[in-house]
Amino acid sequence: MFAYILRRLLYAIPILIGVNLLTFALFFVVNTPDDMARLQLGAKHVTPEAIERWKVEHGYDKPLLLNTRVTGSAQLTDTLFFKRSAAMFAFEFGKGDDGRDIGNEIRTRMGPSLAIALPVFVVGLLVNITFALLMVFFRATYLDVWGVVLCVVLMSISGLFYIIAGQYFIAKLWNLLPISGYTGGIHGLKFILLPVLVSVVAGIGSGSRWYRTIFLEEIGKDYVRTARAKGLSEIRVLFRHVLKNGMIPILTGAVVVLPLLFMGSLITESFFGIPGLGSYTIDAIQAQDFSVVRAMVFLGSFLYIVGLILTDISYSWVDPRVRLQ
Amino acid sequence: MSPLLRVDRLVTGIGAARVVDGVSFDVAAGETYALLGESGCGKSMTALSLMRLLPDGGRILSGHVQLGETDVLALPERDMRRVRGGQMAMVFQEPMLALNPVIKVGDQIGEALSLHQGLNGQAARDAARALLDSVGVPDAARRLDSYPFELSGGLRQRMMIAMALAGEPSLLIADEPTTALDVTIQAQVLDVLRNLRAKRRMGMLLITHDLGVVAENADRVGVMYAGELLEEGARDAFFAAPQHPYSRMLFEALPRTGDAGRLTTIAGQVPRLDTQLRGCRFAPRCPFAIARCHAESPGWQELDGQRVRCHLAGSLPAGSVRERVTHPVAAHTPQPLLQVEGLKVHFPIRRGLIQRTVGHVRAVDDVDLTIQAGRTLALVGESGCGKTTVGKALLRLIEPTAGTIMLGGKAVPAKNMPTLRRQAQMVFQDPFSSLNPRMRVADILLEGMDALGVGARGERRGAVARLLDQVGLPDDAGGRYPHAFSGGQRQRIAIARALAVSPRLVICDEPTSALDVSVQAQILNLLKDLQADLGLAYLFITHNLAVVEYLAHDVAVMYLGRIVEQGQAGAVLRTPRHPYTQALVSAVPRIEPPAGQTVIRLAGDQPSPLNPPVGCHFHPRCPHASAVCRQTYPERTDLGGGHWVRCHWVAAQG
Ligand SMILES: Nc1ncnc2c1ncn2[C@@H]1O[C@H](COP(=O)(O)OP(=O)(O)O)[C@@H](O)[C@H]1O
Ligand code: SF4
Ligand code: SF4
Ligand SMILES: [Mg+2]
Repeated sequence: MFAYILRRLLYAIPILIGVNLLTFALFFVVNTPDDMARLQLGAKHVTPEAIERWKVEHGYDKPLLLNTRVTGSAQLTDTLFFKRSAAMFAFEFGKGDDGRDIGNEIRTRMGPSLAIALPVFVVGLLVNITFALLMVFFRATYLDVWGVVLCVVLMSISGLFYIIAGQYFIAKLWNLLPISGYTGGIHGLKFILLPVLVSVVAGIGSGSRWYRTIFLEEIGKDYVRTARAKGLSEIRVLFRHVLKNGMIPILTGAVVVLPLLFMGSLITESFFGIPGLGSYTIDAIQAQDFSVVRAMVFLGSFLYIVGLILTDISYSWVDPRVRLQ
Repeated sequence: MSPLLRVDRLVTGIGAARVVDGVSFDVAAGETYALLGESGCGKSMTALSLMRLLPDGGRILSGHVQLGETDVLALPERDMRRVRGGQMAMVFQEPMLALNPVIKVGDQIGEALSLHQGLNGQAARDAARALLDSVGVPDAARRLDSYPFELSGGLRQRMMIAMALAGEPSLLIADEPTTALDVTIQAQVLDVLRNLRAKRRMGMLLITHDLGVVAENADRVGVMYAGELLEEGARDAFFAAPQHPYSRMLFEALPRTGDAGRLTTIAGQVPRLDTQLRGCRFAPRCPFAIARCHAESPGWQELDGQRVRCHLAGSLPAGSVRERVTHPVAAHTPQPLLQVEGLKVHFPIRRGLIQRTVGHVRAVDDVDLTIQAGRTLALVGESGCGKTTVGKALLRLIEPTAGTIMLGGKAVPAKNMPTLRRQAQMVFQDPFSSLNPRMRVADILLEGMDALGVGARGERRGAVARLLDQVGLPDDAGGRYPHAFSGGQRQRIAIARALAVSPRLVICDEPTSALDVSVQAQILNLLKDLQADLGLAYLFITHNLAVVEYLAHDVAVMYLGRIVEQGQAGAVLRTPRHPYTQALVSAVPRIEPPAGQTVIRLAGDQPSPLNPPVGCHFHPRCPHASAVCRQTYPERTDLGGGHWVRCHWVAAQG
């Protein structure tokens, strides 16, 4: 088991290096610092001097991979790749265009992101499983049919609609909760409720339909018939036998997104004015702040890889067939 | 005395199909009633109707089921739950699938104990252990904490039986309880069921397709066909003289000892049950059918204690419906076609950080075989003993670890695959997965010819037509896809594919074990015909000894990667000398048990080939094991006539 986890961790290293090289290629080779400067300066101000000045100001004036102007190991280290890309392994992201330290921003903005994303994840999981189990319990009746229809309808509606409708009715019309904003601590609760509610509702359609399929597949299996043949009630069969087996794919499917919760949600955070990593990313994209976007791409890939490793571990943890072999 | 279970004119529908149509029978306390029939005839649906556990879309349309005092079909679902697992319990076919994979077996049994006996905690654990003891699970206390995947098939099925017994049922329904098990394990499980039934005076409804199992276990028999019961009677009367044409044909489709003739096949297929059926359901396939049979459904008729539904009951021509064609036994001097010596196939097991090889599964461990031209060598043994691996290694579908393969007296170099493949081909067990579903039959047959460059390009199309004709498929079969064919027809396609390159040897890996007896008979007949016509040699891999007796000239018995006994089929099967062969032969359920045969029952399971026992692999289960058996692997003992065994006990007898 230990060797297995260690092996997964070792596999992650080449993947991360690959991700790093890829982002480097995307952000420095395909889209060179000269291009960035031109974009930032705008068509009117582009002169070779202005570009040079911009590059010096933003620390993009070094060669890409090999610095021939210096000697010794600095030839390799005093380069864009080493300073801006390899440094990301140590979570050194440098400064954004606004002059603030990106690492610092990430640390302070993780909290608000998590404050929304974690409740959405937990409540969403519970709600979706409950709905799925209900539909399965009433399978092949009108309740199930209409449940599926409802799910499809909910899935087909754009996420933006839920946000706008939630803000309009709950915040504006009925004045139950603030329309947007955020503060830390217990007073922040009133700001969190609406985005969480909206996100959970927006996810019900696809989530419960997917879980319903998982449960239905389990319920057709032979062991369920055995459980019924023992004389167990349908409720016991569902909760003890079907749920236990169905939770294996559900949990492992959920674990993979767990680390990504730190990144927050791009759209929800922007609309509700949450100062999290999601809105940070959106702002950086709008401001064409490549250092921040690059940092977020790397961070996202890193967290996704962590999620995959956690999935493997959780698989062997919840499934005795994997755990004991 | 009123019977324990009375089923009266039960009709069950699934969608538009009436899968059980007017079935009536009784089961008395302490009696085993066998429901016999080929797959899809409605046996399982009858059982599930009694339990009221039909699959989604299934409904009981009419009829009456009385269990003791209880009117089963009239009960509200709440009360039915007390009957299920309480008064009436069920054991299912696939013990791996029928147990919950993520719950410990002890807890699964405990659930039933809690429900029906109100036992919980330590009391339930003790009761569960007692149940495991009663079904013969060794080391019961520890086994309670196992997950199903940690147990062998035989143990899993015992767990299923223990679970069914937890509610102390008065009726036990066993749906093909041993079909998925090896013969020696099947014998153990059937013994357990028989003893329990006697001890607890349970009624038992035993569902099976195996006439041998019926003969050894049932008191009374009912034969089902297309949703209906066709014939019913006491076991002895039924086996002495089956009255219905279908029953008789089932008997004659069965390969039996010392039988050189052709097996009876039943033409056509079971009618679809979702159509309006008129007349006798068997009429389209019945060789005796008269005009009345197609118009009028026959009623029940009594014939000295047996009950039959046939218009011609009692007036059927006596004797066999079987064609008596005997194949001329080719007079030949044995000529070795394929010889293997010291064949070993070891699969490495990798573990740890760098996937180091920590051991080997010795799937095949030092096997010598000689297949004679134009003859059939059967390789028999229980699942997992390495039969299929031998077959694949011979064709180098798996690279052997060691050993020499000689074809027609010349060694086959590892590189020279085409020569080998032109001489030897393989037919696999599962006709559903062994044919590419996206290729037309003609292309499947052409593929091998093209790859090996057999025949001139222009002649290949003609060859396809000839092949299809040879294996008894219609001319237009070439243009269709495999899914358009039934299991038996697909196996014919697989055989045609093997024959396409005109090989001299065909390796058949359990080619009939997924098929019903009447279809098996067709395939066995076909294989015999092809051997007579083309002079083919077969390596016939099987666990079915009856088929061996019918088809094979020579037999090699395999146990845990090694051949323990080999010789002419008659000698090995009638006078087996190795203790394992003796047990194997004794375990096969037979319609006519050979007189004077002592019953030998093996304890335990075949060990893992990962770390086989030292010395003779068989010693932990062998009734004759002695000290030397635990230390050294026995040498060959020659018994004359090409018959040899590897056993210290036989060697000591001189
Ligand atoms: N879940 C199901 N849904 C629809 N039809 C089924 C189902 N299971 C079995 N059947 C049909 O019911 C008939 C009887 O099947 P079954 O009782 O399983 O036969 P047996 O047990 O004798 O092999 C067959 O025609 C089969 O195709
Ligand atoms: S009733 Fe007619 S068709 Fe049916 S089994 Fe008897 S003879 Fe054959
Ligand atoms: S060698 Fe010994 S253990 Fe092996 S079969 Fe013979 S008597 Fe039994
Ligand atoms: Mg069945």
